[in-house]
Amino acid sequence: MRNVYVLGTGMLKFGRYPEKTVPELGGQAAMLALKDAGITIKDVEMFACGNLYQSNAMVGQRILHQIGQTGIPVINVSNACATGSTAFREAYMSIAAGMYDIAMAVGVEQMGKQGLLGGTGGGDPAYSTEGKVGSGLMPAVFGQAGVEHMRKYGTKFEHFAKISVKSHKHATKNPFSQYRNEVTLEDVMNARMVGYPNTLYMCCPTGDGAAAAILVSEDKLKQLAGGRKRAKVAASVLTSDPWTDRDLTLPDVSTLTRRASKLAYEKAGLGPKDIALTELHDCFATAELVHYENLGLCGDGEAGAFIDSGGGVHPDLGGKAPVNVSGGLLSKGHPLGATGVANICEVVWHLTQDDRAKERLVPNAKAGQAHVIGLGSACTIHILTV
Amino acid sequence: MAEQAQATVTGPRPIVPWLKLAPKPHLEGIKCACGAIYLDPNRVACSKCGEAGKFSPISLSDKGKVYVFSVVHQSFPGIKTPYVTAIVDLPEGISVRANLIDVDFDQAQKEPNKVFNLPVELVTSVAAKDREGHDVVAFSYRPSKN
Repeated sequence: MRNVYVLGTGMLKFGRYPEKTVPELGGQAAMLALKDAGITIKDVEMFACGNLYQSNAMVGQRILHQIGQTGIPVINVSNACATGSTAFREAYMSIAAGMYDIAMAVGVEQMGKQGLLGGTGGGDPAYSTEGKVGSGLMPAVFGQAGVEHMRKYGTKFEHFAKISVKSHKHATKNPFSQYRNEVTLEDVMNARMVGYPNTLYMCCPTGDGAAAAILVSEDKLKQLAGGRKRAKVAASVLTSDPWTDRDLTLPDVSTLTRRASKLAYEKAGLGPKDIALTELHDCFATAELVHYENLGLCGDGEAGAFIDSGGGVHPDLGGKAPVNVSGGLLSKGHPLGATGVANICEVVWHLTQDDRAKERLVPNAKAGQAHVIGLGSACTIHILTV
Repeated sequence: MAEQAQATVTGPRPIVPWLKLAPKPHLEGIKCACGAIYLDPNRVACSKCGEAGKFSPISLSDKGKVYVFSVVHQSFPGIKTPYVTAIVDLPEGISVRANLIDVDFDQAQKEPNKVFNLPVELVTSVAAKDREGHDVVAFSYRPSKN
């Protein structure tokens, strides 16, 4: 397999763009990434596009209808919340395998003010089980993952709340973040409960957004980088949920993450201690807490102590092993298909001291990781290095 | 004929196929030779071992223990909140998702430890009436009476 590098990145501030279309949002992010790479769409040989809600409607091709119909192969990717990162991986694989030298990945989503996700629909509503036979709503499903941690290790409600405080504080330094307001521990703990133990501020918002990346082979990097520092994709891993006892009843977001994490560290030849920053899938505060352990940032059962001792907090704020310095899904937002590419952009910006992260740069970052979970389930982990 | 048609219209129906209403309400699953148990009887093969055709029906206990829970405070329009949703472990080795009733949600949130491992039993109730006029029966769990 050949080495693959990220030559350019582009991202729109996550938020609400009711006046735009999905291809316009994706096209704008693509243009930013092309400009950052110093190339044009005519140089791109392959394009993988991640989008969930219009996945039957050729979003990738419609983006090219906006920015340049060059006739290249386009694949439209749908993989729940891991949609964008899976598109990135498709682009990565096409170069690693030697098929192409320049590929583009775009993740884009327009959710508007859509509320709760999950549950069941369709057919005679009398047979809808939501609220009658338990709940499939995301705040409750991920709430239970946190409650499981409480059960096993005595983790407290306050631990989850602290994660939300931390991520909101991080977001104040990120102009790409949907929300940039600080919240206190009292604000989070006293906010209205959505799905125990997740209160309003422990749930990510819905929104619109797009992010893009240009990936190149080593030869092309030498030709095109012009001495600019560029990050290498040191590992690109995708797993699905293996059979575990309760997975079909209570989705098990840990086992597939642990497997992906092990494979990613092995492939990169690195361990958790080498990772300067982690962007992980904090769709809910409860999810972030269990992933500290799943990604090896602390030992099993130690996530509560990790939080209490400044784990996950930006070094500028006195913390260690920073997690979601972008503000995470909780503050930055979670336009489903865009999330996986945006997380990779964030990691790349820290590794290359990009101006777009200048207010929140993690010092001396040589390696970082981006983790995404799509419930159903898919897990991607990308480790990037310089 | 007319009598039969009427019987069909008025008979209660389970909300999910694995809830059996007779002779008394209970859950029925299928068990693979490898030991894995599933609620949905319509499956191609076993997702634990990959084998097809090694399933036999298994009648599940109406008693279990709460593994974990959440309390839903915000739901879709028309669904009354809050409600406690739980994952209940049955002695046969399968987990079931259902509402937990007769448990105070506020108390559960304050003292979650008292809910873990709580012995519970299956109860049924009419949850809705479908478009054809059948009562739709759902199941939930409540703290065991004995």
